[in-house]
Amino acid sequence: MTNTLLKGFPIKEGERTETISKRRERRYAAEKRFKILGILSILVAISTLFLLIGNMINKGFSAFKQTYLELSISLPENKFPNEKQISPNVISELNFKSFLKRALLKKFPEIKSRRDKRLLYKLISSGATFDLQDAVFENPKLLGKTITTLAIASDDVDQYIKGNITANNQGRITIKQSKWIDKLVDDGVINQKFNLKFFTNGDSREPELAGILGATIGSLLTMLVALALAFPLGVAAAIYLEEFAPKNRWTDLVEVNISNLAAVPSIVFGLLGLAVFLGFFGMHRSAPLVGGVVLALMTLPTVIIASRAALGSVPPSIREAATGIGASPMQVVLHHVLPLAIPGILTGTIIGAARALGETAPLLMIGMVAFIVDIPQGINDSATALPVQIFLWADSPERAFVEKTAAATLVLLTVLIIMNLGAVLLRKKFERRW
Amino acid sequence: MTYKTIPILFAVFCVMITAASARDQIRVVGSSTVFPFSTAVAENFGRITKFKTPVIESTGTGGGAKLFCSGLGTRHPDITNASRRIKRSEINRCAKNGISKIIEIQFGFDGIVIANTKSGGKIDLDMRHVFLALAKKVPIDAEGKKLVSNPHKRWSDIDPSLPNIKIEVLGPPPTSGTRDAFVELAMEGGCKTFKTIKAMKKRNKKKYKALCHGIREDGVFIDAGENDNLIVQKLNANPNAFGIFGFSFLDQNSDSVKGASINGIAPTFENITSGKYKISRSLYFYIKKAHIGVIPGLRDFVKEFTSEKSFGDEGYLVDKGLIPLSKEKREKARSTIETLKELSMQEQTQGS
Repeated sequence: MTNTLLKGFPIKEGERTETISKRRERRYAAEKRFKILGILSILVAISTLFLLIGNMINKGFSAFKQTYLELSISLPENKFPNEKQISPNVISELNFKSFLKRALLKKFPEIKSRRDKRLLYKLISSGATFDLQDAVFENPKLLGKTITTLAIASDDVDQYIKGNITANNQGRITIKQSKWIDKLVDDGVINQKFNLKFFTNGDSREPELAGILGATIGSLLTMLVALALAFPLGVAAAIYLEEFAPKNRWTDLVEVNISNLAAVPSIVFGLLGLAVFLGFFGMHRSAPLVGGVVLALMTLPTVIIASRAALGSVPPSIREAATGIGASPMQVVLHHVLPLAIPGILTGTIIGAARALGETAPLLMIGMVAFIVDIPQGINDSATALPVQIFLWADSPERAFVEKTAAATLVLLTVLIIMNLGAVLLRKKFERRW
Repeated sequence: MTYKTIPILFAVFCVMITAASARDQIRVVGSSTVFPFSTAVAENFGRITKFKTPVIESTGTGGGAKLFCSGLGTRHPDITNASRRIKRSEINRCAKNGISKIIEIQFGFDGIVIANTKSGGKIDLDMRHVFLALAKKVPIDAEGKKLVSNPHKRWSDIDPSLPNIKIEVLGPPPTSGTRDAFVELAMEGGCKTFKTIKAMKKRNKKKYKALCHGIREDGVFIDAGENDNLIVQKLNANPNAFGIFGFSFLDQNSDSVKGASINGIAPTFENITSGKYKISRSLYFYIKKAHIGVIPGLRDFVKEFTSEKSFGDEGYLVDKGLIPLSKEKREKARSTIETLKELSMQEQTQGS
């Protein structure tokens, strides 16, 4: 054997071991290179992710703080001694704007000209008036007293304080205004607080008042509808295809179509929603109901494919054992196979839902890309979704929306991370290996 | 839950989705240029009245008109915003779908600016420069007889008085109303300054339009998408580039970008208001007369839009970058709403 081999390779015995060990070294080196390549690619992926998140945090973190002016406001006497007479209409007749203006002017007695006064008043947001009005309505006893209130600053002041814009005479903050602001900061009138409004308000055209509650609830309602439809339908379809359907040309066709559907661009589902649900069924435009149905159609293939994989991984011995002790096919599936497959099904569903949560294109066609201030109360109210809100803010001219955009992105990313983490945990907890 | 209840639930769901109830919320569609103004009015309206805040969709002028004209009734929008006048074809489409009574309100102007970053050089352009820099085909003689595909690579190639830097202009895509207006006002404005081309307008309107409205496609003009914020950011990154966008974005970012003068007139608020700065267009919205009184608050919303405290000289829309109308025109807008005067076909044809 060795002789014949040696005939083919004209090398001596000693050289032979040397070639082999050389070859082995080369193989080890190749393996090392392969490993390093793998580690490098993971590093590139992770660093890109960190770059994205870091950039968002860097840009958006300041949005969680909001600038306020601490003003002491003297409110007029209560002219309505009877508490019952106090209604929003009566309260709103009081000129709260002028109270705020007067309080601010008190800090700058030297400002006399109308022009300068107008510039000064621009430091306060229009939202401050409504905040004060609400406070007085909630507690009418405040009338006649001098109260210290936090008046929300306008977006330009906020951005100036955060260092995002500089003062210049053609700019949003003039040199004059910047001097006033600096004085107010020195006096401790201007300070920053946690921006609660960002989490409790709906959308607004004033960046300092804009919040994500409306969009978050919109997203939530949409996902509820989507999951309520996609989960049962998807699981039922998967059970039939995996457990009951005969294997023939028809089921093959259905299978191919489902896989195909998973790859259809999402805008196509939006067009379908526009034509069928809005056009034919006459459902409400911009409603989470329509959005949910459209997103359900979009997630359905993902759910079906994941559920089939989960059902398929349940070992046949379980089915055979159940059948052996006399369970009907339906009992086999519902009592034995499905409970074992549920963790996998849920994981697939959550991943599908996370994808649907980040979707804007299909919502564009059905009118959910819109300016909506009111917080949606039900699935038939007009609503937007989180990614839509990000898209709308990114498009707004006001500079302060840049940080709002990044902040909303952070919120969306957090929700997505929680969902994906949930999927991983579910799998870890209930996963069974055979 | 038994398996029998599932079909019942499904049936209930089907009934629920088909039951379309009356709408108590105003719906507005249309131009993305008008969107910032329309939304500001809507928000204010929602806060100070008992009505729900109107829902505003930014669909573009053309897309808005399409939705607006698709029919009467609660399933269709009540108002469409437009950054140009409604077209005859759109009125016809409306009429075909039973919307014969439309009220037209002009509510302000919008200037289109050519801007670069503050740290970049100052540039004084006239419309002819703009045309020569951006057109697909340009004349090489003063008369405009001989046409070649645009050879200009640097601003100084057009006019030695302009800076010796590469021409690089970021602008909106063809779907945008801003692009339409820019092409019509600035490009055509410069195009017309050539005698032969001007004469061509009467002889061969199609050819004239193709020449004056054709923007070059050799990479000098960069289609930067609908997002004007992105253009502003790109300008800050590249001091030699110029961008084309609406005045409100210049106004909001005036600490980082500056507008180029056109024919010696700087794009300031005062110059656009007075009409001295030529690249400006009118903004409109259109209301379905049949919806007034059906959709609660529609008339009040329009009144809020046209009140002095919103679209007046010192109103909140001006803070958002709107160029207000003259006092007489504002009065006219209000009286149109008072009398609910409809847009007539003749009037429209005169208009454009």
